[in-house]
Amino acid sequence: MHDHEHGVHAAQTETTSPHELRVRAIITLLMDKGLLSAEELRRTIEDMEARTPALGAKVVARAWVDPAFKARLLADAKAAIAELGIDTSAFITLKVVENTEKVHNVVVCTLCSCYPRDLLGVPPAWYKSLNYRARVVVDPRGVLKEFGLELAPDVEVRVYDSTADVRYLVLPQRPPGSEGLSEEALASLVTRDSMIGVARARTPAAD
Amino acid sequence: MAPKFKPGDRVRVRVAYPPHHFRTPGYIQGKTGTVEVVHGAFRNPESLAYGGDGLPKQYLYLVRFAQTEVWEGYPAGSQDQLLLDLYEHWLEPA
Repeated sequence: MHDHEHGVHAAQTETTSPHELRVRAIITLLMDKGLLSAEELRRTIEDMEARTPALGAKVVARAWVDPAFKARLLADAKAAIAELGIDTSAFITLKVVENTEKVHNVVVCTLCSCYPRDLLGVPPAWYKSLNYRARVVVDPRGVLKEFGLELAPDVEVRVYDSTADVRYLVLPQRPPGSEGLSEEALASLVTRDSMIGVARARTPAAD
Repeated sequence: MAPKFKPGDRVRVRVAYPPHHFRTPGYIQGKTGTVEVVHGAFRNPESLAYGGDGLPKQYLYLVRFAQTEVWEGYPAGSQDQLLLDLYEHWLEPA
């Protein structure tokens, strides 16, 4: 049964896997020692879930329409993103890598689940799966094909394994047929998966 | 202290399995690559993981490896690359 006496449990899911139990034990200890309050925990979860790939899409759309911004973004991502009025003060070091006709980038964290959360929010379950993490470094073309993305042999595939203090975001190619679209319409073509590098950006609906 | 390596330098990843937390995947140990980016100095996760201060900071590098040099079975002639972030104390000149 669910224990409603502690606010912490109300913020958790109902599962009781060994990891879940361990997390609950740690949270209880932190609260008992006065190091963490229920309100701080709730707010942190709320902040994490408030971040969505829309933030990354906004950055990508600006890079598509403004070559000078794109150059600054590739050189110093944090500084360029701050220009858009996004608060980057708490950002982890971020590097943006650009897909071109000749280069396709894809991001993984083989050791755990490092992910550009500051711009994409919470990672999808498959990103954290052993299957993706173990296989995309060895056979990137095979894994991308499973995602429905087949790359020509002359396209260089670059796998970024984010093992340390830097997070990577892929700048997908601007899709054909998107000429003349507003920045906002362009942003709607930029999906989470295209910024991880397992898909292309959407093409505009042909109507 | 200045970084030991610069972009373009060839480096070999040390082979070591210390009995503590480290962030150099086993699959890349012993492989040789090329420094792509010097990210700067970061606190050492091998100390931070145990409540330490992570000092002295370690330079962190983005190192690029040819897939064909990492995996025996990778299709010959492929230009595909694998890039990882590695701390300076895991690298030696190659």
